[in-house]
Amino acid sequence: MATTTTTMKSSKQTTLPVGSIILWIILLIGVAAAIVRYSQGLGSTNLADSRPWGLWIAFDVMAGVALAAGGFTLAAVVYIFRMKRFYPLIRPTLLTAYIGYLLAAGSILFDLGRPDRFYHPFFYWNHHSVMFEIAWSVILYLSILTIENSQLVLEKYQLKGMLRIVRKITIPVVIVGIIISTAHQSSLGGLFVLMPSQTHPLWYTPILPVLFYISAIAVGLAMVIVESTLSSSAFNHHVETRLLSEIGSWLPMMLGLYLLVNLGNLAFSGKLGLIFEGSLASFMYLAEIIIGVVLPLILLSMASIRNDRTLLFRSALLVVFGVILNRFNVLVWGQNGAFYAPNWVEFAVTAGLISLGILLYIFAVKNLPVFTDHAPEPEPLPEEAALPAAG
Amino acid sequence: MAVNRRDFLKLAGAGVGSLVLAAGHNQPASAEFSPDEARRHPAMLYDTTLCVGCRACQNACRNWNETTQELNADGLYDMPEDLSGDTWTIIKLYEDETAEDPDAIGNFSFIKRNCMHCLDPACVSACTVGAMQKSPEGPVIYDANRCFGCRYCMVACPYDVPRYQWGSTTPLVQKCTFCSGYVQPEGVVDGKNRLAQGMGPACVEACPTGALSWGPREEILEKAHTRVKAAPGKYYEDRVYGEHEAGGTLQLVLSHVPFAKLGLPTLGPQPLPSLTDPLNWAVPGIILGVGGLMSAIYVTRSHAEHKGEED
Repeated sequence: MATTTTTMKSSKQTTLPVGSIILWIILLIGVAAAIVRYSQGLGSTNLADSRPWGLWIAFDVMAGVALAAGGFTLAAVVYIFRMKRFYPLIRPTLLTAYIGYLLAAGSILFDLGRPDRFYHPFFYWNHHSVMFEIAWSVILYLSILTIENSQLVLEKYQLKGMLRIVRKITIPVVIVGIIISTAHQSSLGGLFVLMPSQTHPLWYTPILPVLFYISAIAVGLAMVIVESTLSSSAFNHHVETRLLSEIGSWLPMMLGLYLLVNLGNLAFSGKLGLIFEGSLASFMYLAEIIIGVVLPLILLSMASIRNDRTLLFRSALLVVFGVILNRFNVLVWGQNGAFYAPNWVEFAVTAGLISLGILLYIFAVKNLPVFTDHAPEPEPLPEEAALPAAG
Repeated sequence: MAVNRRDFLKLAGAGVGSLVLAAGHNQPASAEFSPDEARRHPAMLYDTTLCVGCRACQNACRNWNETTQELNADGLYDMPEDLSGDTWTIIKLYEDETAEDPDAIGNFSFIKRNCMHCLDPACVSACTVGAMQKSPEGPVIYDANRCFGCRYCMVACPYDVPRYQWGSTTPLVQKCTFCSGYVQPEGVVDGKNRLAQGMGPACVEACPTGALSWGPREEILEKAHTRVKAAPGKYYEDRVYGEHEAGGTLQLVLSHVPFAKLGLPTLGPQPLPSLTDPLNWAVPGIILGVGGLMSAIYVTRSHAEHKGEED
């Protein structure tokens, strides 16, 4: 993602196609891998009985859904907390959340042994299953994101009647979205609460859902900074630094809360010593906590760093890295089982999906009123009419 | 603007609070779990001191369940090394190579692995679509027509039992059913239900040494305890593996070497589904808590907004 954007930055008009061509090539390799996966079954991956879940679940689903948490978090900030000065960020953020969830759902279709039965959770219910709750939550939240993003299409085609309805129900839709997100972001951690004997004690805790939820909010906010920085340079779209640095000022609180709950929980259950036992697990845990939590916490506590867009961007990237590493730790390296590394099919499908996501984003930005200063509101709500003055 | 860090923390606090409440909410095992009923459920005892490792059980299982023999790279039948989609039970050998005399009785042991048939199974709780089921008769069975292949059951099983047909484009999860029949794509395979025909599992029938015994769990447990009492110190920790592990299992094991050496994990007495059931019960709390809090904040904030406009 970063390489494409930096090439775009130098000269948007001429080099954008080069970036797009690279994305299309990665997408085509992904399509080839998809053909291999569907013609040969999951045996074409490095997944095995000793390692039933791998890259697709850890990265595409677990990390992907967490990274898309910016959608519900920023929606809460703008619509519920009424901090309307962040309105210029809400559309691109909801769009990326939508694309992120679509990709996560798409990758599930690769990972399911029987993708032709993807609809089974609708007909066969097991209310004891955390996965059942997640399946429903993801489908429901995708519907919420569809409603939230429908404004883009409705505005473009001036479907005023529909637009008025969608805007009228904005607040309830946002609240339902926050509820569903709270439920499934935490439940993704809840999946592992069932496995006390298989999950490494550094990550196993009954409050794993709480840790997943806090880290999702943190990484969701960090992704708003990352996405806004990248897209503003790629599309020459101006985003005020002070907005992003204000979001940056919230991150130390979320990271601090995470650190407190995480370390406090380890101390409470007498597992602090495991951090320094010198094993691979303790090294991975330290990497995750120091690089992904402590370092950005310190950096973003400093106003001089928050107000420097490059340093702010890099600090936010640390948070993103930390959460991705955490999900891998919990799901792959923290689980009993044989050594696992993804093979080319798994990597190619993942890379292809990411490319598809970026291409969809570029397409949407070019064709829909994603950046609000590019597209005037055709019929602003009373509450939104005052937007430019807000903040 | 007046909204600040404190307000922001409230947003996080609300969700976290209801989750913490849920996590601390300790409830008995799931409603389906009834240890009383399990006393009459059929159970199997495996005694390592009686097993000679002939693998007759393994072949009887393959024959009855018509699983495919696993061929090696040369296309020859080769002894499988682990459970798989085609091997639902297996005899493994543990040997302490570091011991002075690895062949001395205390330094090696066979172990028969198959589904433990938990009284309150993690896989049944985990299964998104209810394909893994606890049959009314006791064994844990699998409805192949429901399964959509998420493989959470495989991840969730503490005994690492369910296996997948990785080579298939329409794969199924496979495991021992205590020969109690199962639903395959063609429908219910009644002819394969030995229990309905008054027989025990094929492996028990095939065992020539009495290492496997079969009967109601209550009686089988009594039999195991009688053996332990008759020879104190003969069996590891003088106890029966599976009596209390994760709420208890229908497959019970007596061993003369430590269970962990045989690949049997150390588990507490708590049924695993009781760990995650509170999480799903928390959902109504999240809906009310988060929904209520968000509505309250919205009302307060927009009220303040309008007031500001009037001023």
